[in-house]
Amino acid sequence: MKDFICSRIKKIKPSGIRRLFDIANEIPDVISLGVGEPDFDTPWHVREEGIYALQKGRTFYTSNSGLPELREEICKNVKRKYGLYYDSNNEAVVTIGGSEAIDIALRALIDPGDEIVYPEPCFVSYQPCILLSDGVPVPIELNAETEFRLTPEKLERAITEKTKALLISYPSNPTGAIMEREDLEKIAEVVRRHDIMVISDEIYSELSYKGPHVSIANMPGMQERTILINGFSKAYAMTGWRLGYALAPAHIMEYMLKIHQFAIMSAPTVSQYAAVSALRDGDKDIEVMKESYDQRRRFLMEAFREMGLPCFEPYGAFYVFPDISEFGMSSEEFCTALLKAENVAVVPGSAFGECGDRHVRISYAYSIDTLKEAMKRLGRFVQELRERPRQ
Amino acid sequence: MESEIRKKIIGIIERDARLNAGEIAAMLGLDAEETASEIRAMEKEGIICGYHAFVNWDKTDDDKISALIELKVTPQRGNGFDRIAEKIYQYPEVESLYLMSGGYDFTVILKRATMKEIAAFVSSKLAVIDEVQSTATHIVLVRYKDHGTSFIEPRRDMRMVVTP
Repeated sequence: MKDFICSRIKKIKPSGIRRLFDIANEIPDVISLGVGEPDFDTPWHVREEGIYALQKGRTFYTSNSGLPELREEICKNVKRKYGLYYDSNNEAVVTIGGSEAIDIALRALIDPGDEIVYPEPCFVSYQPCILLSDGVPVPIELNAETEFRLTPEKLERAITEKTKALLISYPSNPTGAIMEREDLEKIAEVVRRHDIMVISDEIYSELSYKGPHVSIANMPGMQERTILINGFSKAYAMTGWRLGYALAPAHIMEYMLKIHQFAIMSAPTVSQYAAVSALRDGDKDIEVMKESYDQRRRFLMEAFREMGLPCFEPYGAFYVFPDISEFGMSSEEFCTALLKAENVAVVPGSAFGECGDRHVRISYAYSIDTLKEAMKRLGRFVQELRERPRQ
Repeated sequence: MESEIRKKIIGIIERDARLNAGEIAAMLGLDAEETASEIRAMEKEGIICGYHAFVNWDKTDDDKISALIELKVTPQRGNGFDRIAEKIYQYPEVESLYLMSGGYDFTVILKRATMKEIAAFVSSKLAVIDEVQSTATHIVLVRYKDHGTSFIEPRRDMRMVVTP
Protein backbone atom coordinates (compact mmCIF):
# COMPACT_ATOMS: atom_id res chain seq x y z
CA MET A 1 0.00 0.00 0.00
CA LYS A 2 1.30 3.46 -0.72
CA ASP A 3 1.81 6.05 1.97
CA PHE A 4 -1.32 8.15 2.24
CA ILE A 5 -0.19 10.52 4.96
CA CYS A 6 0.40 14.08 3.85
CA SER A 7 3.86 15.56 4.01
CA ARG A 8 2.69 18.53 6.04
CA ILE A 9 1.95 16.48 9.14
CA LYS A 10 5.10 14.41 8.73
CA LYS A 11 7.19 17.56 9.09
CA ILE A 12 5.81 18.06 12.57
CA LYS A 13 7.82 16.50 15.37
CA PRO A 14 5.93 14.71 18.14
CA SER A 15 5.72 16.63 21.40
CA GLY A 16 8.86 16.38 23.54
CA ILE A 17 6.73 16.06 26.64
CA ARG A 18 5.36 12.75 25.46
CA ARG A 19 8.67 10.91 25.82
CA LEU A 20 9.11 11.93 29.41
CA PHE A 21 5.52 11.12 30.16
CA ASP A 22 6.03 7.56 28.97
CA ILE A 23 8.98 7.08 31.33
CA ALA A 24 7.27 8.80 34.25
CA ASN A 25 4.19 6.68 33.75
CA GLU A 26 6.20 3.53 34.44
CA ILE A 27 7.41 4.72 37.84
CA PRO A 28 5.07 4.16 40.76
CA ASP A 29 4.81 6.93 43.39
CA VAL A 30 6.46 9.45 41.14
CA ILE A 31 6.21 13.02 42.39
CA SER A 32 5.17 14.93 39.35
CA LEU A 33 5.68 18.64 38.90
CA GLY A 34 5.04 18.19 35.22
CA VAL A 35 1.43 19.14 34.95
CA GLY A 36 0.17 22.21 33.11
CA GLU A 37 -3.24 22.39 34.70
CA PRO A 38 -4.60 23.66 38.02
CA ASP A 39 -4.71 21.28 40.98
CA PHE A 40 -7.98 22.81 42.20
CA ASP A 41 -11.33 21.29 41.44
CA THR A 42 -13.68 23.36 39.31
CA PRO A 43 -15.62 25.52 41.82
CA TRP A 44 -18.75 23.72 42.97
CA HIS A 45 -21.18 26.42 41.81
CA VAL A 46 -19.80 26.00 38.30
CA ARG A 47 -20.10 22.21 38.37
CA GLU A 48 -23.58 22.55 39.85
CA GLU A 49 -24.57 24.76 36.92
CA GLY A 50 -23.28 22.11 34.50
CA ILE A 51 -25.30 19.44 36.28
CA TYR A 52 -28.38 21.66 36.16
CA ALA A 53 -27.91 22.19 32.42
CA LEU A 54 -27.86 18.42 31.95
CA GLN A 55 -30.95 17.97 34.13
CA LYS A 56 -32.77 20.58 32.09
CA GLY A 57 -31.85 18.74 28.91
CA ARG A 58 -29.67 21.55 27.57
CA THR A 59 -27.87 19.14 25.34
CA PHE A 60 -28.37 20.64 21.89
CA TYR A 61 -26.00 22.70 19.74
CA THR A 62 -25.70 26.34 20.61
CA SER A 63 -25.33 29.01 17.95
CA ASN A 64 -22.01 28.67 16.12
CA SER A 65 -20.37 31.52 17.90
CA GLY A 66 -21.60 30.28 21.29
CA LEU A 67 -24.39 30.81 23.77
CA PRO A 68 -25.45 34.48 23.52
CA GLU A 69 -25.50 34.96 27.30
CA LEU A 70 -22.01 33.50 27.60
CA ARG A 71 -20.69 35.81 24.88
CA GLU A 72 -22.27 38.72 26.71
CA GLU A 73 -20.66 37.70 29.98
CA ILE A 74 -17.31 37.28 28.24
CA CYS A 75 -17.49 40.78 26.78
CA LYS A 76 -18.62 42.27 30.09
CA ASN A 77 -15.78 40.52 31.86
CA VAL A 78 -13.13 41.70 29.42
CA LYS A 79 -14.47 45.24 29.68
CA ARG A 80 -14.50 45.14 33.46
CA LYS A 81 -11.05 43.60 33.83
CA TYR A 82 -9.03 44.94 30.91
CA GLY A 83 -11.06 47.95 29.80
CA LEU A 84 -11.65 46.52 26.33
CA TYR A 85 -14.95 46.84 24.52
CA TYR A 86 -16.08 44.04 22.18
CA ASP A 87 -19.51 43.52 20.62
CA SER A 88 -20.79 40.14 21.79
CA ASN A 89 -22.84 39.79 18.59
CA ASN A 90 -20.10 39.79 16.03
CA GLU A 91 -16.71 40.06 17.74
CA ALA A 92 -16.70 36.99 19.97
CA VAL A 93 -16.56 33.23 19.45
CA VAL A 94 -16.66 30.52 22.09
CA THR A 95 -14.14 27.81 21.23
CA ILE A 96 -13.01 24.40 22.40
CA GLY A 97 -10.36 25.63 24.76
CA GLY A 98 -7.86 28.36 23.97
CA SER A 99 -6.23 25.77 21.69
CA GLU A 100 -8.97 25.88 19.08
CA ALA A 101 -8.93 29.66 19.20
CA ILE A 102 -5.21 29.64 18.39
CA ASP A 103 -5.81 27.28 15.50
CA ILE A 104 -8.65 29.22 13.89
CA ALA A 105 -6.85 32.53 14.39
CA LEU A 106 -3.79 31.19 12.56
CA ARG A 107 -5.86 29.56 9.84
CA ALA A 108 -7.80 32.77 9.25
CA LEU A 109 -4.59 34.75 8.74
CA ILE A 110 -2.06 32.50 7.05
CA ASP A 111 -1.58 32.19 3.31
CA PRO A 112 1.01 29.56 2.35
CA GLY A 113 4.47 30.98 2.99
CA ASP A 114 3.34 33.69 5.41
CA GLU A 115 5.63 34.06 8.36
CA ILE A 116 4.41 34.05 11.94
CA VAL A 117 6.89 35.35 14.48
CA TYR A 118 6.62 34.16 18.06
CA PRO A 119 8.82 34.17 21.14
CA GLU A 120 10.37 30.91 22.30
CA PRO A 121 10.29 29.07 24.71
CA CYS A 122 6.54 28.84 24.24
CA PHE A 123 3.52 26.60 24.45
CA VAL A 124 4.06 23.41 22.46
CA SER A 125 1.19 23.95 20.00
CA TYR A 126 2.22 27.18 18.30
CA GLN A 127 4.78 25.85 15.85
CA PRO A 128 2.70 22.79 14.78
CA CYS A 129 -0.42 24.93 14.31
CA ILE A 130 1.51 27.37 12.11
CA LEU A 131 2.88 24.48 10.04
CA LEU A 132 -0.59 22.95 9.67
CA SER A 133 -1.69 26.19 8.03
CA ASP A 134 1.30 26.09 5.68
CA GLY A 135 2.76 29.09 7.46
CA VAL A 136 6.43 29.56 8.24
CA PRO A 137 7.24 29.54 11.96
CA VAL A 138 9.81 32.18 12.87
CA PRO A 139 10.77 31.71 16.52
CA ILE A 140 12.37 34.58 18.42
CA GLU A 141 14.77 33.19 20.99
CA LEU A 142 14.36 34.71 24.42
CA ASN A 143 16.43 34.21 27.52
CA ALA A 144 16.50 34.88 31.24
CA GLU A 145 18.58 38.05 30.75
CA THR A 146 15.44 39.86 29.60
CA GLU A 147 13.30 37.77 31.97
CA PHE A 148 11.92 36.09 28.85
CA ARG A 149 10.14 39.28 27.83
CA LEU A 150 9.97 40.09 24.15
CA THR A 151 12.03 43.18 23.30
CA PRO A 152 11.33 45.52 20.36
CA GLU A 153 14.88 44.95 19.05
CA LYS A 154 14.43 41.20 18.88
CA LEU A 155 11.01 41.55 17.28
CA GLU A 156 12.34 44.03 14.73
CA ARG A 157 15.10 41.63 13.70
CA ALA A 158 12.60 38.80 13.12
CA ILE A 159 10.16 40.74 10.96
CA THR A 160 10.45 40.45 7.15
CA GLU A 161 8.19 41.40 4.26
CA LYS A 162 6.47 38.06 4.61
CA THR A 163 5.57 38.50 8.27
CA LYS A 164 1.82 38.29 8.77
CA ALA A 165 1.50 38.25 12.52
CA LEU A 166 3.16 38.15 15.90
CA LEU A 167 1.92 35.41 18.22
CA ILE A 168 2.54 36.10 21.89
CA SER A 169 1.44 34.59 25.17
CA TYR A 170 1.92 36.43 28.45
CA PRO A 171 1.85 35.38 31.27
CA SER A 172 3.90 32.65 29.68
CA ASN A 173 3.86 28.91 29.72
CA PRO A 174 6.59 27.60 30.29
CA THR A 175 8.60 30.51 31.68
CA GLY A 176 6.08 32.28 33.94
CA ALA A 177 7.26 35.57 32.41
CA ILE A 178 4.95 38.56 32.13
CA MET A 179 4.96 41.70 29.99
CA GLU A 180 4.13 44.99 31.66
CA ARG A 181 2.58 48.05 30.07
CA GLU A 182 5.93 49.67 29.15
CA ASP A 183 7.10 46.44 27.50
CA LEU A 184 3.90 46.11 25.50
CA GLU A 185 3.91 49.74 24.39
CA LYS A 186 7.28 49.23 22.70
CA ILE A 187 6.14 46.03 21.01
CA ALA A 188 2.92 47.69 19.84
CA GLU A 189 4.91 50.47 18.20
CA VAL A 190 6.90 47.97 16.12
CA VAL A 191 3.75 46.03 15.23
CA ARG A 192 1.93 49.14 14.00
CA ARG A 193 4.91 50.41 12.04
CA HIS A 194 5.28 47.11 10.18
CA ASP A 195 1.51 46.76 9.80
CA ILE A 196 1.26 43.20 11.08
CA MET A 197 -1.38 41.44 13.20
CA VAL A 198 -1.06 40.16 16.75
CA ILE A 199 -2.50 36.96 18.11
CA SER A 200 -2.37 37.34 21.88
CA ASP A 201 -2.94 34.16 23.88
CA GLU A 202 -3.77 35.45 27.35
CA ILE A 203 -4.97 32.19 28.87
CA TYR A 204 -3.01 32.86 32.10
CA SER A 205 -4.17 36.47 32.44
CA GLU A 206 -5.82 35.92 35.82
CA LEU A 207 -2.61 34.49 37.25
CA SER A 208 -0.47 37.60 37.29
CA TYR A 209 1.23 38.33 40.61
CA LYS A 210 2.74 41.73 39.99
CA GLY A 211 -0.25 43.98 39.54
CA PRO A 212 -3.17 43.40 37.19
CA HIS A 213 -2.62 41.85 33.77
CA VAL A 214 -2.36 44.22 30.81
CA SER A 215 -3.44 43.16 27.33
CA ILE A 216 -1.59 44.26 24.21
CA ALA A 217 -5.04 44.99 22.72
CA ASN A 218 -5.16 47.83 25.22
CA MET A 219 -2.30 49.75 23.57
CA PRO A 220 -3.31 52.62 21.27
CA GLY A 221 -4.41 51.45 17.84
CA MET A 222 -3.92 47.81 18.75
CA GLN A 223 -7.39 46.42 19.28
CA GLU A 224 -8.09 46.64 15.54
CA ARG A 225 -5.07 44.45 14.80
CA THR A 226 -5.29 42.01 17.68
CA ILE A 227 -6.96 38.65 18.03
CA LEU A 228 -7.37 38.18 21.77
CA ILE A 229 -7.53 34.63 23.08
CA ASN A 230 -8.51 33.52 26.54
CA GLY A 231 -10.41 30.73 28.24
CA PHE A 232 -11.69 29.08 31.36
CA SER A 233 -9.13 26.32 31.91
CA LYS A 234 -6.54 28.12 34.01
CA ALA A 235 -8.56 30.90 35.66
CA TYR A 236 -11.42 28.70 36.83
CA ALA A 237 -9.71 25.29 36.94
CA MET A 238 -11.86 24.04 34.06
CA THR A 239 -9.37 22.27 31.80
CA GLY A 240 -11.52 19.22 31.09
CA TRP A 241 -14.55 21.32 30.17
CA ARG A 242 -12.65 22.38 27.04
CA LEU A 243 -13.81 25.96 26.78
CA GLY A 244 -12.10 29.10 25.57
CA TYR A 245 -12.85 32.10 23.43
CA ALA A 246 -11.46 34.54 20.90
CA LEU A 247 -12.26 38.23 20.52
CA ALA A 248 -11.41 40.16 17.38
CA PRO A 249 -12.69 42.99 15.20
CA ALA A 250 -15.83 41.96 13.30
CA HIS A 251 -14.18 41.85 9.85
CA ILE A 252 -11.66 39.29 11.16
CA MET A 253 -14.04 37.39 13.42
CA GLU A 254 -16.27 36.79 10.40
CA TYR A 255 -13.63 34.52 8.89
CA MET A 256 -12.54 32.83 12.11
CA LEU A 257 -16.17 31.99 12.68
CA LYS A 258 -16.37 30.42 9.24
CA ILE A 259 -13.60 27.97 10.15
CA HIS A 260 -15.09 27.27 13.56
CA GLN A 261 -18.52 26.76 12.01
CA PHE A 262 -17.39 24.13 9.53
CA ALA A 263 -14.76 22.38 11.61
CA ILE A 264 -16.36 22.43 15.06
CA MET A 265 -20.00 23.57 14.76
CA SER A 266 -20.19 24.83 18.33
CA ALA A 267 -18.46 24.43 21.69
CA PRO A 268 -19.87 21.94 24.22
CA THR A 269 -23.26 23.22 25.44
CA VAL A 270 -23.07 22.02 29.04
CA SER A 271 -19.65 23.62 29.46
CA GLN A 272 -21.00 26.89 28.12
CA TYR A 273 -23.81 27.03 30.67
CA ALA A 274 -21.36 26.25 33.46
CA ALA A 275 -18.99 28.95 32.21
CA VAL A 276 -21.70 31.61 32.56
CA SER A 277 -21.73 30.88 36.28
CA ALA A 278 -17.93 31.01 36.39
CA LEU A 279 -17.89 34.51 34.91
CA ARG A 280 -20.78 35.80 37.00
CA ASP A 281 -19.74 34.47 40.39
CA GLY A 282 -16.15 33.33 40.02
CA ASP A 283 -14.12 36.34 41.15
CA LYS A 284 -13.77 34.99 44.67
CA ASP A 285 -12.65 31.58 43.38
CA ILE A 286 -9.94 33.20 41.29
CA GLU A 287 -8.77 35.24 44.26
CA VAL A 288 -8.40 32.18 46.50
CA MET A 289 -6.54 30.13 43.88
CA LYS A 290 -4.30 33.00 42.88
CA GLU A 291 -3.27 33.66 46.47
CA SER A 292 -2.41 30.02 46.89
CA TYR A 293 -0.34 29.89 43.67
CA ASP A 294 1.48 33.02 44.70
CA GLN A 295 2.47 31.48 48.06
CA ARG A 296 3.80 28.38 46.34
CA ARG A 297 5.66 30.50 43.80
CA ARG A 298 7.49 32.35 46.57
CA PHE A 299 8.13 29.09 48.37
CA LEU A 300 9.84 27.61 45.28
CA MET A 301 11.90 30.73 44.64
CA GLU A 302 13.18 30.52 48.23
CA ALA A 303 13.95 26.83 47.78
CA PHE A 304 15.98 27.61 44.61
CA ARG A 305 17.87 30.35 46.43
CA GLU A 306 18.75 27.87 49.15
CA MET A 307 20.00 25.24 46.72
CA GLY A 308 21.77 27.88 44.65
CA LEU A 309 19.83 27.18 41.48
CA PRO A 310 19.60 30.35 39.38
CA CYS A 311 16.07 31.33 38.45
CA PHE A 312 14.69 34.70 37.32
CA GLU A 313 11.62 35.65 39.28
CA PRO A 314 8.52 34.76 37.27
CA TYR A 315 5.40 36.80 37.98
CA GLY A 316 2.77 34.86 36.10
CA ALA A 317 1.06 31.54 35.32
CA PHE A 318 2.04 28.65 37.61
CA TYR A 319 5.50 27.79 36.37
CA VAL A 320 9.06 28.49 37.38
CA PHE A 321 11.86 28.02 34.88
CA PRO A 322 15.16 27.49 36.72
CA ASP A 323 18.51 27.45 34.90
CA ILE A 324 20.24 24.05 34.98
CA SER A 325 23.08 24.86 32.55
CA GLU A 326 25.78 24.58 35.26
CA PHE A 327 25.47 20.77 35.17
CA GLY A 328 26.54 20.49 31.54
CA MET A 329 23.58 18.32 30.62
CA SER A 330 20.80 18.87 28.15
CA SER A 331 17.47 19.60 29.80
CA GLU A 332 16.17 16.24 28.71
CA GLU A 333 19.18 14.44 30.22
CA PHE A 334 18.69 16.39 33.42
CA CYS A 335 14.99 15.52 33.63
CA THR A 336 15.55 11.86 32.86
CA ALA A 337 18.32 11.63 35.49
CA LEU A 338 16.18 13.43 38.07
CA LEU A 339 13.29 11.10 37.37
CA LYS A 340 15.48 8.04 37.75
CA ALA A 341 17.39 9.20 40.82
CA GLU A 342 14.65 10.87 42.80
CA ASN A 343 11.33 9.94 41.16
CA VAL A 344 10.55 13.57 40.45
CA ALA A 345 9.09 14.51 37.07
CA VAL A 346 9.68 17.97 35.65
CA VAL A 347 9.57 19.00 32.00
CA PRO A 348 12.72 19.68 29.93
CA GLY A 349 12.88 23.26 28.70
CA SER A 350 13.74 22.02 25.21
CA ALA A 351 10.16 20.77 24.86
CA PHE A 352 9.21 24.44 24.47
CA GLY A 353 11.84 25.36 21.91
CA GLU A 354 15.56 24.74 21.54
CA CYS A 355 16.49 27.90 23.41
CA GLY A 356 14.76 26.49 26.47
CA ASP A 357 17.40 23.78 26.78
CA ARG A 358 19.23 25.52 29.63
CA HIS A 359 16.11 25.27 31.76
CA VAL A 360 13.48 22.95 33.17
CA ARG A 361 9.85 23.80 33.72
CA ILE A 362 8.50 23.19 37.19
CA SER A 363 4.79 23.57 37.74
CA TYR A 364 3.51 24.72 41.11
CA ALA A 365 -0.03 23.57 40.56
CA TYR A 366 0.61 21.25 43.51
CA SER A 367 0.07 21.35 47.26
CA ILE A 368 2.78 22.85 49.45
CA ASP A 369 3.26 19.37 50.93
CA THR A 370 4.11 17.96 47.52
CA LEU A 371 6.33 20.90 46.66
CA LYS A 372 8.20 20.58 49.97
CA GLU A 373 9.04 16.95 49.35
CA ALA A 374 9.92 17.61 45.70
CA MET A 375 12.29 20.45 46.62
CA LYS A 376 14.00 18.25 49.19
CA ARG A 377 14.63 15.67 46.49
CA LEU A 378 15.64 18.21 43.86
CA GLY A 379 18.06 19.81 46.35
CA ARG A 380 19.65 16.44 47.08
CA PHE A 381 19.91 15.66 43.36
CA VAL A 382 21.51 19.00 42.56
CA GLN A 383 23.97 18.56 45.42
CA GLU A 384 24.99 15.13 44.18
CA LEU A 385 25.52 16.42 40.66
CA ARG A 386 27.78 19.17 41.99
CA GLU A 387 29.84 16.75 44.06
CA ARG A 388 30.17 14.22 41.26
CA PRO A 389 33.55 14.44 39.51
CA ARG A 390 33.21 15.93 36.04
CA GLN A 391 33.88 13.54 33.16
CA MET B 1 -0.92 46.68 57.88
CA GLU B 2 0.32 44.52 60.72
CA SER B 3 -3.08 42.85 61.03
CA GLU B 4 -2.97 42.06 57.27
CA ILE B 5 0.24 40.12 57.80
CA ARG B 6 -1.22 38.36 60.80
CA LYS B 7 -4.31 37.36 58.82
CA LYS B 8 -2.12 35.89 56.12
CA ILE B 9 -0.01 33.96 58.61
CA ILE B 10 -3.08 32.59 60.36
CA GLY B 11 -4.63 31.71 57.00
CA ILE B 12 -1.67 29.46 56.27
CA ILE B 13 -1.27 27.94 59.76
CA GLU B 14 -4.95 27.17 60.00
CA ARG B 15 -4.70 24.99 56.93
CA ASP B 16 -1.35 23.39 57.76
CA ALA B 17 0.04 23.75 61.28
CA ARG B 18 3.16 21.76 60.42
CA LEU B 19 4.69 24.52 58.31
CA ASN B 20 7.47 26.22 60.24
CA ALA B 21 8.03 29.94 60.49
CA GLY B 22 10.72 29.86 57.79
CA GLU B 23 8.44 28.13 55.32
CA ILE B 24 5.55 30.47 56.08
CA ALA B 25 7.86 33.46 55.69
CA ALA B 26 8.98 32.17 52.28
CA MET B 27 5.38 31.67 51.15
CA LEU B 28 4.43 35.21 52.12
CA GLY B 29 7.67 36.92 51.12
CA LEU B 30 8.35 37.96 54.73
CA ASP B 31 11.39 37.91 56.96
CA ALA B 32 11.73 34.58 58.80
CA GLU B 33 12.67 36.19 62.14
CA GLU B 34 9.78 38.63 61.97
CA THR B 35 7.33 35.86 61.09
CA ALA B 36 8.50 33.71 64.00
CA SER B 37 8.07 36.55 66.49
CA GLU B 38 4.65 37.39 65.07
CA ILE B 39 3.57 33.78 65.58
CA ARG B 40 4.90 33.78 69.15
CA ALA B 41 3.01 37.01 69.84
CA MET B 42 -0.23 35.53 68.50
CA GLU B 43 0.24 32.45 70.68
CA LYS B 44 0.69 34.69 73.73
CA GLU B 45 -2.34 36.79 72.88
CA GLY B 46 -4.48 33.67 72.52
CA ILE B 47 -5.11 34.24 68.81
CA ILE B 48 -3.42 30.96 67.99
CA CYS B 49 -4.81 28.60 70.64
CA GLY B 50 -3.17 25.31 69.71
CA TYR B 51 -1.88 23.00 67.03
CA HIS B 52 -3.93 19.84 66.78
CA ALA B 53 -4.11 16.88 64.47
CA PHE B 54 -7.40 16.52 62.67
CA VAL B 55 -8.63 12.94 63.06
CA ASN B 56 -11.40 11.02 61.39
CA TRP B 57 -12.30 8.64 64.24
CA ASP B 58 -14.86 6.92 62.06
CA LYS B 59 -11.98 5.28 60.23
CA THR B 60 -10.63 3.73 63.43
CA ASP B 61 -12.22 0.85 65.34
CA ASP B 62 -13.40 3.33 67.95
CA ASP B 63 -17.19 3.01 68.16
CA LYS B 64 -17.94 6.00 70.33
CA ILE B 65 -20.40 8.61 69.09
CA SER B 66 -20.91 12.35 69.08
CA ALA B 67 -23.92 14.24 70.36
CA LEU B 68 -25.24 17.74 69.86
CA ILE B 69 -27.39 19.00 72.71
CA GLU B 70 -29.70 22.00 72.46
CA LEU B 71 -30.10 23.76 75.76
CA LYS B 72 -32.67 26.31 76.86
CA VAL B 73 -31.71 28.24 79.98
CA THR B 74 -32.83 31.16 82.13
CA PRO B 75 -30.16 33.85 82.04
CA GLN B 76 -28.94 35.04 85.43
CA ARG B 77 -29.20 38.60 86.65
CA GLY B 78 -25.86 40.38 86.42
CA ASN B 79 -23.78 37.99 84.36
CA GLY B 80 -26.28 36.75 81.78
CA PHE B 81 -25.17 33.54 80.12
CA ASP B 82 -21.50 33.55 81.05
CA ARG B 83 -21.79 31.97 84.47
CA ILE B 84 -24.01 29.18 83.10
CA ALA B 85 -21.63 28.65 80.22
CA GLU B 86 -18.76 28.20 82.65
CA LYS B 87 -20.68 25.58 84.58
CA ILE B 88 -20.99 23.64 81.35
CA TYR B 89 -17.66 24.09 79.60
CA GLN B 90 -15.66 23.13 82.65
CA TYR B 91 -16.69 19.52 82.07
CA PRO B 92 -13.90 17.84 80.09
CA GLU B 93 -16.39 15.80 78.04
CA VAL B 94 -17.69 19.01 76.44
CA GLU B 95 -15.93 19.38 73.10
CA SER B 96 -17.56 22.66 72.07
CA LEU B 97 -20.01 25.12 73.55
CA TYR B 98 -21.71 27.91 71.66
CA LEU B 99 -24.25 30.54 72.67
CA MET B 100 -26.83 30.67 69.90
CA SER B 101 -29.38 33.04 68.48
CA GLY B 102 -32.76 31.54 67.60
CA GLY B 103 -34.94 28.90 69.20
CA TYR B 104 -32.60 27.82 71.99
CA ASP B 105 -29.63 29.20 73.90
CA PHE B 106 -26.64 26.84 73.96
CA THR B 107 -25.27 24.19 71.64
CA VAL B 108 -23.24 21.64 73.58
CA ILE B 109 -21.19 19.17 71.57
CA LEU B 110 -19.95 15.95 73.11
CA LYS B 111 -17.42 14.01 71.12
CA ARG B 112 -16.38 10.39 71.38
CA ALA B 113 -18.64 9.19 74.14
CA THR B 114 -20.77 6.08 74.58
CA MET B 115 -24.54 6.25 74.62
CA LYS B 116 -24.44 5.60 78.37
CA GLU B 117 -21.98 8.41 79.00
CA ILE B 118 -24.09 10.83 77.00
CA ALA B 119 -27.25 9.84 78.86
CA ALA B 120 -25.51 10.21 82.19
CA PHE B 121 -24.02 13.57 81.27
CA VAL B 122 -27.36 15.01 80.13
CA SER B 123 -29.43 13.72 83.01
CA SER B 124 -27.06 14.09 85.93
CA LYS B 125 -24.88 17.01 84.88
CA LEU B 126 -26.72 19.27 82.44
CA ALA B 127 -30.36 18.88 83.38
CA VAL B 128 -29.69 19.45 87.06
CA ILE B 129 -28.20 22.91 86.56
CA ASP B 130 -30.75 25.30 88.10
CA GLU B 131 -30.99 27.61 85.11
CA VAL B 132 -31.48 24.86 82.53
CA GLN B 133 -35.09 24.75 81.37
CA SER B 134 -34.87 21.98 78.79
CA THR B 135 -32.48 19.83 76.77
CA ALA B 136 -32.80 18.14 73.37
CA THR B 137 -30.12 15.61 72.50
CA HIS B 138 -29.24 14.76 68.89
CA ILE B 139 -26.87 11.98 67.90
CA VAL B 140 -24.51 12.46 64.94
CA LEU B 141 -25.05 9.62 62.48
CA VAL B 142 -22.52 10.43 59.75
CA ARG B 143 -19.85 13.10 59.61
CA TYR B 144 -19.63 14.16 55.97
CA LYS B 145 -17.39 17.14 56.41
CA ASP B 146 -15.54 18.71 59.30
CA HIS B 147 -13.05 21.57 59.49
CA GLY B 148 -13.51 22.19 55.78
CA THR B 149 -12.44 18.65 54.94
CA SER B 150 -14.66 16.07 53.31
CA PHE B 151 -14.64 12.71 55.11
CA ILE B 152 -16.35 10.74 52.45
CA GLU B 153 -13.87 10.49 49.63
CA PRO B 154 -10.23 11.45 49.98
CA ARG B 155 -9.18 13.82 47.27
CA ARG B 156 -7.12 12.13 44.60
CA ASP B 157 -4.98 13.79 41.94
CA MET B 158 -6.58 12.67 38.71
CA ARG B 159 -4.33 14.66 36.41
CA MET B 160 -1.87 12.99 34.07
CA VAL B 161 1.74 12.96 35.25
CA VAL B 162 3.01 15.28 32.53
CA THR B 163 0.92 17.58 30.34
CA PRO B 164 1.71 20.63 28.18
